[in-house]
Amino acid sequence: MHPAFSVVFFTTATGAGYGLLALLGVLGGLQIVPADFWLGLVGLGLALGLIAAGLLSSTGHLGRPERGWRAFSQWRSSWLSREGVASVITFIPAGLFGLGWVFFGRTEGWVAIAGLLAAIGAIVTVCTTGMIYASLKPIAQWHSRYTLPAYLIFAAMTGSVLLNALLQGFGIGSTGVLVLSLLATLAGWGWKLATWRHNDRLEIPTTANTATGLAGGTVRSLEWPHTEENYLLKEMGFRIARKHSAKLRMLAQALAFALPVLLIAATFALPWPYAAVPSVLAAIVQFAGMLVERWLFFAEAKHTVTLYYGR
Amino acid sequence: MTCLPAHSDKKLGLVIDLDTCVGCQACVTACKEWNTGGHMAPLTDIDPYGGHVDGVWFNRVHSYEHTTEMGGRTVNFPRSCLHCETPACVTVCPTGASYKRVSDGIVLIDEDKCIGCKLCSWACPYGAREFDTDVGVMKKCTLCVDRIYNDNLAEEDRVPACVAACPTSARHFGDLGDPQSAVSQLVAERGGVDLMPELGYHPTNKYLPPRAHTQRAASVPAKALEPVRAEGGFLGWVDRMLSN
Ligand code: SF4
Ligand code: SF4
Repeated sequence: MHPAFSVVFFTTATGAGYGLLALLGVLGGLQIVPADFWLGLVGLGLALGLIAAGLLSSTGHLGRPERGWRAFSQWRSSWLSREGVASVITFIPAGLFGLGWVFFGRTEGWVAIAGLLAAIGAIVTVCTTGMIYASLKPIAQWHSRYTLPAYLIFAAMTGSVLLNALLQGFGIGSTGVLVLSLLATLAGWGWKLATWRHNDRLEIPTTANTATGLAGGTVRSLEWPHTEENYLLKEMGFRIARKHSAKLRMLAQALAFALPVLLIAATFALPWPYAAVPSVLAAIVQFAGMLVERWLFFAEAKHTVTLYYGR
Repeated sequence: MTCLPAHSDKKLGLVIDLDTCVGCQACVTACKEWNTGGHMAPLTDIDPYGGHVDGVWFNRVHSYEHTTEMGGRTVNFPRSCLHCETPACVTVCPTGASYKRVSDGIVLIDEDKCIGCKLCSWACPYGAREFDTDVGVMKKCTLCVDRIYNDNLAEEDRVPACVAACPTSARHFGDLGDPQSAVSQLVAERGGVDLMPELGYHPTNKYLPPRAHTQRAASVPAKALEPVRAEGGFLGWVDRMLSN
């Protein structure tokens, strides 16, 4: 599949944004992190900013963005529509939560309820995003039981690493969040390795034989219907050489998992304000790594239409 | 509404004979010619006379070499929307632009509602949907809805343009929901198949596999040609001298 930057950025940014929002909602609402003004302003601002930037970027790949509102109508059948509805509804408790925390300086009572509702909305929205991909049968690498948990784990991972960076930055670091971000990053790494292992061994029942209805033997493409690349090949015929994919997998692992683990470990050893430096670096490096990971998620996914073109 | 109808009154579709298709592309051209002025018009071409020509087509004909222990053969393979009974292209659509008709099972796109999110083209395993970058909406085969019910056309012309154009009658149109229809009978007789049945889209269109190889092929009685080799000796010298 063609890794369009707008979509790669969209899933990475909203994943981190919703992860951070959910954690702030739960930890703030339960008074586990303090109702610190700067944490509320910058933390919720960053979470909602990432979400809004991601959603805006995803409308960038629409052919007719001015009709975008229509996408809220088919929630009965369409995961994309459900994602739109869930993302908009989540803004309501998230906005109230932000209001309570930043303007009234409190995170208990109704503000806590808003925070918990925002966390639920964030988790639901990430699930709908994951299901958009997991429900697509023509793409075997996505239509797998690894896809939905991956979206949830990566949202928790990038969200907790961001939250840790904020807490350390404001000098209110919490060992709990530090441990959480470390464990979530290790979980993300493990899940990605398992997913790659699964995809590399996939035995896809759909072949050029079943695609053409020609049973038995081999079916070799002699001639395409057209000489130049068409929409199908540009959108779904994207191929990435094995050697590049191996290199990019290494890069993704280094940036998204290995370096953040080292940096978070360094945070344990350092006193404030020095601890803030590796924590913030971990969040930045991980975001870049997740962009590479998400780029690969598209580039390595093979759509059944490529069978018709002998690819 | 992008929820699928539990049942459609008819299942209109095509039956494509891979035995007789000669890959002449007549259906492709006829389709483009009709539909660029039809229900989903225009079928935009980008840079039509340049080096990177691209454009929207509803029907594309591939050529394959199918090799089995019986030998090899060339198979021409037309590919277009199969008007599936359970198509995910419809259910994934967030806007309601894509829908399946209850009356005849045809899968259509309402161009005025489409936001061009392209998700339906990802959900179609067969590559039947093509995005029109110029108009910003998705396009696909309409089974010529604007021909098959068109009272202004003569009765025999009320078939999809591709079916009307095919010089070898490799394309047949009819109700595949009715077991007595000519197309259903043809499918039964020739063992018509679904494409990618394992994905569970239940395509309405059927493909008739090429007929089995036969042992009754005409034998060629002519003697094999002899290898051309320069003659040696005296006669060879005479031949060379006279040929100069
Ligand atoms: S062939 Fe593709 S576009 Fe046509 S109905 Fe089936 S899934 Fe939809
Ligand atoms: S591209 Fe148009 S028809 Fe296809 S899913 Fe999106 S809105 Fe629906």
